Amino acid sequence: MTDFSALTVGDELPTIGKFFTRAQLVAYAHASGDMNPIHQDESVAKSVGLPDVIAHGMLTMGAAIQVVTDWVKDPTAVIDYSVRMTRPVVVPNTAEGVLVTFAGKVAAINDDGTVRVDLSAVFAEQTVLGQARALVRLPQ
Amino acid sequence: MGMNHDMIGHAYPASQPYVVTPENIAAFADAIGDSNPIYRDADYAKSLGHASVCAPPTFPIVATMSAMEKSFHDPALNMDYSRIVHSDQRFEYARPIRVGDQLVVTTVIEEIKALGNNDIALFRTEVTSDDELVVTGWSKLVVRGEES
Repeated sequence: MTDFSALTVGDELPTIGKFFTRAQLVAYAHASGDMNPIHQDESVAKSVGLPDVIAHGMLTMGAAIQVVTDWVKDPTAVIDYSVRMTRPVVVPNTAEGVLVTFAGKVAAINDDGTVRVDLSAVFAEQTVLGQARALVRLPQ
Repeated sequence: MGMNHDMIGHAYPASQPYVVTPENIAAFADAIGDSNPIYRDADYAKSLGHASVCAPPTFPIVATMSAMEKSFHDPALNMDYSRIVHSDQRFEYARPIRVGDQLVVTTVIEEIKALGNNDIALFRTEVTSDDELVVTGWSKLVVRGEES
């Protein structure tokens, strides 16, 4: 159990890695209702100038917050969450897919019992989210 | 011809309700690759003080995106759907989403700005259930202009 009373600005949350596959993009399309073919169909993706099929930015956003929800155990502790989607995650048609690594660190500890966690998402050694921030109400 | 800036401040009629089910929550959690039992196991969720399974933080997009898409196709807005890139997203949570919620979304065009050949539009999506605010979303969309 994490000792939240000993928290310090700069503390790092445990990093997680996820593999994004074509099958997962199809699952995300159905679960989210975002059926844009650039996330499923190579020929459509290439026709609009993309190198290949790309992951939904919202999938990356949804995956990144797991760094926080694993840490606090309760997803309803997240009271505000925002990201900028700066680069696409390109997903080739391979069984293993591509690795995206997510990290977070404590950026602010507020008087009202909330903390701000700044998140990062890295694919192919480049960040794919910018200004990714979660405001979290800590367990009492 | 870019977006119609006169539409700033326009609010679209409330969407049809999206009913939150345990199956939809579990499918969304599977799709983001998150195996946390709080999204699937009601007994576990109850042990943490919840009435039933919780929804992942970005789950509201299932209701807000389809509501926004209706406005993307509004001829008065003149938004080229094929050239839209979703650049920013924020959610401010008023209360947890619960199984059985009937999510109704009101979409408001908060801002439209021209930047070079592009238009940048900020949509605010207010999500309520039974007239109670659940979450507010902000989605920034870039509409890429034609190459000049």
